[in-house]
Amino acid sequence: MKRAILAAVLALSVTLPALTPALAVQPEEVLPDPALESRARAISQELRCLVCQNQSIDDSNAPLARDLRVLVRDRLQAGDSDAKVMEYVTDRYGDYVLLRPPFKATTLVLWIGPFAVLLLGAIGTFLFLRGRRGVAAGADTAPLSADERRRLDALLRKDD
Amino acid sequence: MRRLLYLLPFLLFIGVGVAFYLGFQRDPRDIPSALIDKPAPTFDLPAIPGQPATGGLSSAKLTGDVTLVNVFASWCIPCKAEHPVITRLSREQGVTVFGINYKDKPEDALTWLARNGNPYAAIGADQDGRVSIDWGVYGVPESYLIDRQGRIRFKHVGPLTPKVVEEQLLPMVKHLRQG
Repeated sequence: MKRAILAAVLALSVTLPALTPALAVQPEEVLPDPALESRARAISQELRCLVCQNQSIDDSNAPLARDLRVLVRDRLQAGDSDAKVMEYVTDRYGDYVLLRPPFKATTLVLWIGPFAVLLLGAIGTFLFLRGRRGVAAGADTAPLSADERRRLDALLRKDD
Repeated sequence: MRRLLYLLPFLLFIGVGVAFYLGFQRDPRDIPSALIDKPAPTFDLPAIPGQPATGGLSSAKLTGDVTLVNVFASWCIPCKAEHPVITRLSREQGVTVFGINYKDKPEDALTWLARNGNPYAAIGADQDGRVSIDWGVYGVPESYLIDRQGRIRFKHVGPLTPKVVEEQLLPMVKHLRQG
């Protein structure tokens, strides 16, 4: 019984999101040309809704998101390339509208940062491990100076 | 030298701490405008139907003097709170304020202006919100300070408060009028 319930819950959790139309896109917005429409969908998934901020305009029910979706479709119908449409929107709202930040000087830390930290960590670990192995093997002990050797010899001779 | 190496994690911690501290001071809703120091978008908006006396608002009106463009709507509650500040700016502090009436029903906008007073030198009705998108508007109210050459020099998102006016807007107006 428990198993059956669990199975049902699991099945629902898998199928429900697929069944419910999670789209904010309204039927009247959809373009008649399926190729253009799919380009519009792809573009609007890349654009941030400025009202809700962490949703794309494709997901968002905010009125501004709708206006931007319609705008994207209008630009495409006017014959703009995908890049042109993106440029049109970023000219007005800045890079902030892009859900994937562009790679440039101001976002360098964002893109490179995690890898730099990882690299530094790896270098640190490598140096640490090498240092320890060195100590264990006695590889980093300096050879005796002439004076030290003389004193050592003296000590050893005393033992005899 | 060795000792400095041991201090490194602590220094890193302080660095990250400062970065977070500064980061959390920022208002995440405050999106920097892409249009600062750029010319205001070219547009030509009609007057609110029923109020043709001022003849709408176009980009041509935005040159010559330092002006403030205020995007507002009758359905926007912070706009109501901001209205006295705008009125003071226009009537007492001598700043020409233009209005963009964002996605409003004409009759609602007219009622709102009749009730609260009309401090705007001219108002353009942006019924479909397209012109506001050109301005990078993402919520009302928003205000833009335009210099004499018609370039956007300052943007404020949300209602203008006496504090923002005193500390940021008026000094900027004074500066721009001299320049």
